[in-house]
Amino acid sequence: MGGLTWGYLLKRLGMWLLTILIGTTIIFLIPRLAPGDPVAAMVGRMSAQSGFVENSAQIIEAWRTKFGLDKPLWEQYVRYMGNSLRFDLGYSLASFPSRVDKMVLNALPWTVGLLLVATLISFVLGNTIGALMAWERTPRLLKSLLPVTLTFTSIPFFMLGILLIYVFAFGLKWLPPSGAYGRNLVQGINWPFISSVGYHAILPIMAIVIASMGLWALGMRGMMITTSGEDYMILAEAKGLRPSRVFWLYGVRNSILPQVTALALNLGAIVAGSLLVEYIFALPGVGYLLYQGIVTSDYTLIQGIVFILIFVTATLVLILDLTYPLIDPRITYERG
Amino acid sequence: MTTSAQTVPAGDKIQPRKKSKLNRWDSPWLNGKFIAGVLMIGSIMMLGVVGPLFWDLTLSYPASSPLNLPPVFVPGYGQTAEQIAADKPQTETTTTSSVTGGNPFKKQEAAKPSAGTAGSLVRFGTPTWAHPLGTESNGRDMLAVLLVGAPRSLYIGLIAATIGMFVGIILGFTAGYMGGWVDAVIRTISDSIVVIPSLAVLIVIAAYVRTVSIESLALLLALFAWPGPTRLIRAQVLSMRERGYVQMARISGASAFSIMFKEMMPNMLPYLAASYTGNVSGAILAAASLEALGLGPTRIPTLGMTIFYAIRAAAVLRGMWWWWGIPIIALIIVFSGLFLMTTGLDEIANPRLRGRKAAA
Repeated sequence: MGGLTWGYLLKRLGMWLLTILIGTTIIFLIPRLAPGDPVAAMVGRMSAQSGFVENSAQIIEAWRTKFGLDKPLWEQYVRYMGNSLRFDLGYSLASFPSRVDKMVLNALPWTVGLLLVATLISFVLGNTIGALMAWERTPRLLKSLLPVTLTFTSIPFFMLGILLIYVFAFGLKWLPPSGAYGRNLVQGINWPFISSVGYHAILPIMAIVIASMGLWALGMRGMMITTSGEDYMILAEAKGLRPSRVFWLYGVRNSILPQVTALALNLGAIVAGSLLVEYIFALPGVGYLLYQGIVTSDYTLIQGIVFILIFVTATLVLILDLTYPLIDPRITYERG
Repeated sequence: MTTSAQTVPAGDKIQPRKKSKLNRWDSPWLNGKFIAGVLMIGSIMMLGVVGPLFWDLTLSYPASSPLNLPPVFVPGYGQTAEQIAADKPQTETTTTSSVTGGNPFKKQEAAKPSAGTAGSLVRFGTPTWAHPLGTESNGRDMLAVLLVGAPRSLYIGLIAATIGMFVGIILGFTAGYMGGWVDAVIRTISDSIVVIPSLAVLIVIAAYVRTVSIESLALLLALFAWPGPTRLIRAQVLSMRERGYVQMARISGASAFSIMFKEMMPNMLPYLAASYTGNVSGAILAAASLEALGLGPTRIPTLGMTIFYAIRAAAVLRGMWWWWGIPIIALIIVFSGLFLMTTGLDEIANPRLRGRKAAA
């Protein structure tokens, strides 16, 4: 990885930090610009539960001092930033004694797992389909069938998820409609649990894969058309190389690079889309937790989850950016 | 319906052109995908224009209609609901009985679910022509919801994308034309914001600001709609800045303003249009997602909120497919139309994408 210089590394790390800072600043600032404050909301919750809260004005005053909400905005901001960057996300409002960081940490493996598996499958499948669509030697039958796989490209993940639940869970009763594993199973590394997780994961993964692979296929098709006009492709064919070798090592290898950039750019949207898929399928991941936070007006939980999401997405993009020199040795990173 | 509209253009694009005919119909703007997309979006817009003329839109409020009526065009409702929604012709063979072929006059007997239906199917009311698309469990008429909600979704997307495009044009031209530290700042910030999962941040905002109107929702969405156009325009400006005609204009003393908007802008119009339609689609998706989580306006019906109510009432597993199906179909038409417009505009802008023969 000769292209990876210290300057590039520092710049990427700077971008990573800046992304997190901007995201965190937005989620800090906007709620404070909005009318009402979290303490009033909490007291509102209490009175909604018990009908009436004695001395609510004093409680609000006491809590505001306790939580530091009477301090100037910049001081709150510094404290908020410091706590966030140390992953101290505070306590959940709705289920009080549990800490937000613990709750998110429990949910995160589901989300990351779903995201990684689904994105990997759709990236590989989509790019293969796109490359085959643009390649001259593709059998005609295949070539006429491939565009069918792109039918669902523009449908949002979660809407496709609803359709899939209706067809496969409600109509055909082949697959479970919701949940991540069977009801009477213990979490752990044992075969019934893992197989049940796999069984429950088919539909959510299908929803993401089917809806997102068309995007890769279209991009790849465009790149392959450009690539197949290049001289080295003609040379490779003229040399009499095996068509599969020309296709994979000359065509796809050179067309895939912009696709990786596109992956980094689209990651935020994919993360957001999979949140809703989790919500539709009631997978115990971050997206479902977020929905529960919304339902119970659990502001610390929502804010904590969104901070973690921004952090995870920015980190994934950073990793993609740093591995880019591995797949594209030509690139030098002197100028961004 | 959307399936055929999407596969037809997708099918003809892979076949290389046999002959290149040069005639007046060879204009790149006569792009099949683009026109199909425009027609789909236009039909959704027409719903908003024509709808109020022949349908009572107050039926879109809760408790204005009887509950749980299936649409009229459902043949033998109880048994074939899933097959119809699955839209698979081969499953017709598994249909056992009482298929009336969609004849509205047989709807009385068709509505009776027979004893053999799945246990999860609840008995629904008798469909009537008073509510052609059925009603849901809160007493909203689905046709009225569709007529009110579908144009409104488009409206949100248009506002958000227009603001985003406006900001993007200003920032993109500034960054590309001025360069230096201004460029560095704008580029760095827009690069960072692109990475942020915007929906997640929007959820925080919408969770605090619970009662959002359509306009403020659109404003929120615009917050994340500008980095795309900014990056695009900046890249285009950088590539055009040293072109001959731009230098020519500069030498002849044209102002920076007129170089930007008279020389460069017309050349990037197809790119801008593609970016715009893409942004409209992104904003509508974000709005629909927020609404599907229950964070939309609660007083006026929108397609996303309808999906939210349907999910909350477990309509999917109760077999009330029209409740969530109608808003989803409308949104799919919107998304597919915008998607076709975007790819069509991309092909108009970039002849290489039109197929190999055209590029050669």
